[in-house]
Amino acid sequence: MAKTHIKMTVNGQPVEALAEPRTLLIHFLREELGITGPHIGCETSHCGACTVDLDGRSVKSCTLFVGQAQGAQITTVEGLVNPDGSLGVLQEMFREHHGLQCGFCTPGMITRAHRLLQENPAPSEEDVRFGMSGNLCRCTGYQNIVKAIMAAAAVLRGEKEAAE
Amino acid sequence: MIPGAFDYHRPTTLAEATGLLAEHGDAARVLAGGHSLIPMMKLRMAAPEHLIDLAAIEALRGIALGTEIRIGAMVTQAELIAHEGLAAACPILREAALQIADPQVRYVGTVGGNVANGDPGNDMPGLMQCLGARYALTGPDGSREVAARDFYHSAYVTERAEDEILTAILIPHPAPGTGYAYEKQKRKIGDYATAAAAVMVGRSAASIAMTNLADRPIWSQAAGAALASGDVAGAVAAALSEIDPSDDNRGPAEFKRHVAGVILKRAIERARARAA
Ligand SMILES: Cc1cc2nc3c(=O)[nH]c(=O)nc-3n(C[C@H](O)[C@H](O)[C@H](O)COP(=O)(O)OP(=O)(O)OC[C@H]3O[C@@H](n4cnc5c(N)ncnc54)[C@H](O)[C@@H]3O)c2cc1C
Ligand code: FES
Ligand code: FES
Repeated sequence: MAKTHIKMTVNGQPVEALAEPRTLLIHFLREELGITGPHIGCETSHCGACTVDLDGRSVKSCTLFVGQAQGAQITTVEGLVNPDGSLGVLQEMFREHHGLQCGFCTPGMITRAHRLLQENPAPSEEDVRFGMSGNLCRCTGYQNIVKAIMAAAAVLRGEKEAAE
Repeated sequence: MIPGAFDYHRPTTLAEATGLLAEHGDAARVLAGGHSLIPMMKLRMAAPEHLIDLAAIEALRGIALGTEIRIGAMVTQAELIAHEGLAAACPILREAALQIADPQVRYVGTVGGNVANGDPGNDMPGLMQCLGARYALTGPDGSREVAARDFYHSAYVTERAEDEILTAILIPHPAPGTGYAYEKQKRKIGDYATAAAAVMVGRSAASIAMTNLADRPIWSQAAGAALASGDVAGAVAAALSEIDPSDDNRGPAEFKRHVAGVILKRAIERARARAA
């Protein structure tokens, strides 16, 4: 089984590598590239901890072969920081509103929420819950995750200053 | 959870893809979104030696609203949901697609993969039967069309030959004023149906199909005929007499039969309220 030559852009950096076709995108990111923000929660396409942004879509990277991401622009939670390396708005709001406890689901939550707010900058609480339904959290009960995303939306719309 | 090894192919034309399928026979499978196939491969319930990714074939994309509705096989659920013209022409498609899986799965899972898969849990097959859709198939000997109502034989066994690719779904425009509803009972958001019903009801015609209540979707001609004449109780009874649910982790068969009756009644009420 011939290895495939993979090229993609991850968090703005062009990357190239040889990979076995059966390599799942999550393993390529974590093991080949050392990008360990996306987590492996269930490995069965249910939990969303492995969510990354691929060409403007939120995808579960445990359920894509690396070849399906050939030539793609990928953003992981590492790529959502500000240019100066400080926490991005969503990351900051998750911190401020205690949108995490153990933090295992958080990279997937934030990456998914990023795309949700790109598509719908002024979501209702129901829109947020529906839009986040592919991400499971075993700790928080979701309440503070929803609050964090609503707060980030308000900051991104310029209605609220991020407190520091 | 590592799938077996395979060779990956990414043809850019349909002819190339059908050629690869013919060359590798039953050692090959086509890959659409992979959101049914990859989980099966991780469990080693499928172990194809060749995967033929359809993603780069332009002819399988796009939604066209002509004398009938044409949805390319590689259109994702998210693309279907976002298409305003389609939502106006046939709103039950968006209503049903929004009840499939979760946002991440809908960004990747395709309409073609959903109808070709043959899993009784998939929502689109029953919906397509309700709508009287046809599937366009292309194989080494040319193309043909098969009615969705004739396509499903049993779980994972369909009318599609192994060397054929499903290229598009063709749907007749619903008559103006047709009421519609897709109603689905599930254990949690993102789950497959415990029971689901697709209902279309117009002035003198009606169509009813049910999902995950047998080893294939169930379109009931008798139920549609009863509803067309205004007999709701008769329609529900006819549909329930044709389903054949089995016990599994979504509940015992008797429970599913009960749920099927409840959601079908709801779907009929909602569809009738929307009919003009
Ligand atoms: C967590 C989760 C929840 C889900 N919930 C639901 C749900 O509620 N309802 C629902 O309907 N589905 C659900 N699904 C399934 C999902 O919608 C799949 O995407 C869909 O069943 C298959 O589409 P795909 O594009 O991913 O196909 P793939 O997985 O790529 O293919 C499925 C099968 O069809 C064949 N195939 C695909 N395309 C073609 C083609 N054009 N011609 C010939 N053969 C083809 C493949 O060879 C394969 O055997 C869920 C999936 C997950 C992971
Ligand atoms: S690890 Fe991918 S969905 Fe859970
Ligand atoms: S914070 Fe622990 S799983 Fe979400």
